[in-house]
Amino acid sequence: MGSPILFGIAEVGYFVAMMVYIGYFIFKNKTVGICATTVAVAAFLSQTVALVLRWVESYSLGIGRAPLTNLYESLIFFVWCLMLGYLIIEFKYKNRTFGAFITPLAGLALGFIDLTGISKEIEPLVPALQSNWLLAHVTMSFIAYAAFGLAFATGMLYLVLSTERRTESSYIFWTVAGSVFLLVLAAMGADYLKFAMMGTSPEQIRSYLFKATFRSASGPTALLSWIGAFAVIFCAWRYGYVLRRMLKSFDISLEFLEELNYKVVAVGFPIFTLGGLIFGAIWADQAWGVYWSWDPKETWSLITWLVYAFYLHARYLRGWRGNKIAVLSSIGFITVIFTYLGVNILLSGLHSYGEI
Amino acid sequence: MSDKTIAEKVWGFFTSVKLAVALFSIIALSSIIGTVVEQNAQPEKNIKLFAKMFGHANAQTAYKAATALGFTDMYHSWWFTAMLVCFCANLTICSIDRLPRIKRVVDEPLKPIKVSDFDKYGIKKELAIEGGIEAAKAMVLTAVKRLGFSPNTTEHGSSGTKDLQFYAHKGRYTRYAVYVIHFSIVIILAGAVIGVTLGFSGFLNLPEGETSAVAYSRQGDEEHPLGFSIRCDNFAVRFYENSNMPKEYISWLSIIEGGKTVLKRAIVVNSPLKYKGYTFYQSSYGVVPGKDGRDVNGQIILNVTPKGGQAGQIALAVGESFSIPGTKLTGKVAAFSPDLSFDKDERPFTVSENMNNPAIFVELTGPGKEKSSGWIVKRYPKTWELPDGHKVELVDNYGYQYTGLQVRKDPGVWVVYAGCLFMAIGLYSAFFLSHKKIWVLLQPEKTKVNVKIAAFTNKNKIGYGSTINAVFDRLTPKISKRG
Repeated sequence: MGSPILFGIAEVGYFVAMMVYIGYFIFKNKTVGICATTVAVAAFLSQTVALVLRWVESYSLGIGRAPLTNLYESLIFFVWCLMLGYLIIEFKYKNRTFGAFITPLAGLALGFIDLTGISKEIEPLVPALQSNWLLAHVTMSFIAYAAFGLAFATGMLYLVLSTERRTESSYIFWTVAGSVFLLVLAAMGADYLKFAMMGTSPEQIRSYLFKATFRSASGPTALLSWIGAFAVIFCAWRYGYVLRRMLKSFDISLEFLEELNYKVVAVGFPIFTLGGLIFGAIWADQAWGVYWSWDPKETWSLITWLVYAFYLHARYLRGWRGNKIAVLSSIGFITVIFTYLGVNILLSGLHSYGEI
Repeated sequence: MSDKTIAEKVWGFFTSVKLAVALFSIIALSSIIGTVVEQNAQPEKNIKLFAKMFGHANAQTAYKAATALGFTDMYHSWWFTAMLVCFCANLTICSIDRLPRIKRVVDEPLKPIKVSDFDKYGIKKELAIEGGIEAAKAMVLTAVKRLGFSPNTTEHGSSGTKDLQFYAHKGRYTRYAVYVIHFSIVIILAGAVIGVTLGFSGFLNLPEGETSAVAYSRQGDEEHPLGFSIRCDNFAVRFYENSNMPKEYISWLSIIEGGKTVLKRAIVVNSPLKYKGYTFYQSSYGVVPGKDGRDVNGQIILNVTPKGGQAGQIALAVGESFSIPGTKLTGKVAAFSPDLSFDKDERPFTVSENMNNPAIFVELTGPGKEKSSGWIVKRYPKTWELPDGHKVELVDNYGYQYTGLQVRKDPGVWVVYAGCLFMAIGLYSAFFLSHKKIWVLLQPEKTKVNVKIAAFTNKNKIGYGSTINAVFDRLTPKISKRG
């Protein structure tokens, strides 16, 4: 069995796990919870084997390099780190409630791969990437991204549980951010369905992101999509508190979530600084002859770093806790997503290895 | 009327959290603008962008405004630099302002605590050890040492039996870690300033076989003497097998000083050449301007191997002929193509002037033989084979290409790296180490000793608490838990 099949199993596995975790949410049945964990672990193992196989395959192709060098591989690795981090927390704290918040992230990232038609070929390294810094810089960056992803999930869950009044800014924040997130997921799903039905080949799917909905060629479809999206956001805002009532019976302690949120940021921040910024600067110095060049990726990494530095200072110096901190960690992850994907999709620069 | 001096006011301004928040936000937000507006780009690119944002009518005005405000080279604009300077001042002054308080906490001598205070700590534990005080003392001491402390001892003078207290702390200097990080940022920025003011950053496009004693500034208008000469002996692009993907860009360089070659090295991307403070990076390549590889001044280098014979190297120009040693065959290099390809009718054509797929057209003649001809392509060894078992390999068209070197002299780079090192140490200490304290009280009774533990840490209370629990529980299985 080759790595593509195993990656496929993992992708489907995460989507199934997402649904079972949501089922666990709704039915609050322990057996369902165990099922969810089992599916997630199985998918994770399948992905682990696939990663190793891909590495081995690259050697048998005579290329021989770690599977971390393009957008496809980095997304796969991000999902892997995210799930590893989540499973560690689930086993350590015997708490599977926020699985329903993590698996959609994993699913979203993997779905993104299929929709954008990113090349899955194992290709040899361009000269700039032939460096020992590759492994350290990329691995550490993505471990940090995954930690920030976990902080985002715990932060959002915190906000869901701690807010109820519709006029509260934190409530507005989580309902809007959460529904935008789900809308993106749904829009990608629509793209996937449309293009799967049309039997479009991957090369054509390239840059088809949101073409089935918001960027549709037909005006009414696009308009309806936008109206629908705003309706969803409105409903999320209007009825978001229902989620809180559903979750109430789980007895998740807010202190636990807050502590966890801080812990993952406290792991992610130093790793990001060292692996992402410092190692990145040393490598840039060797490859490009300049350790910092205000390339968009570098700049956005700095912005991300500033947001999390702000988070830490707000917590330590101003004693910020609760909603404010949860909102900050969510904003931090939004900048992470932009650093990682937005820069590649929208901006140009030296860091173009992750291009679609 | 405020009775503060100006110095105090300035100090107060730079220690204010509001300034820090404002600077953080403005730097972050303006940086975003700098990633959207392409930096140091050709005007057309940004005008196109502005046309999308503000409409065609306003694009020119918007571009002019953006240029005037420095947004097209924002990170070097005076106001962005000023913000970084303010940020640095803010960071330094805030750190200095808080330092005395932290120093007090760090220097505070550790004292034994009152018996009644043992219940007041967040991390606490009680247990009883059967037996006498000496055995219990030894056990507790082992436990405390296992936790990494070297404890002080004191005796409480209660009537009759005497209470014993161990107390210790460790990692108090980790409280400075945050300031190490702040300090490292200042060092990194100082290193950047050194690099910008004392360093040089430019480029040098060096044709194969040529020597230069100068490099050029970014804008290309200023010559910068190097103090030595550098020669490009050769340049080549190597491709992955059966692929058009470049594997390596290699320049063979020589450093010449006082008429002598002092250093010879091949550089590739990720492996630059360093000499006397200057670093030469492989950055680009291209065709020497005005050079046409098809002209008579070219130097086409061939490796000619007659059947069963020794290989020999020949250099010649397009239009010239060579003979295959030991035979009466003559080959004429009739044409050169730097980037040969075939269209769908199998007709050869040149794709570009870049030397991606160099090839020569050779006409072979000899007495009593019909004239034969064909393309010899550098990257395809099959095309080197001639009909009678002779071999002609196209090695290079020497002098056709130049190597694009990035030239940099940065005396500040080691300062930046030192800052990075400080930052790594600071981060490790700040996030993974903590200031820990422990107090253990031993109260002997008739047949057992009651042990009370209180502990404090400035980070990860839960983790520290469970470590203490584990160590004291593991110590003696005989311990009967009470707390």
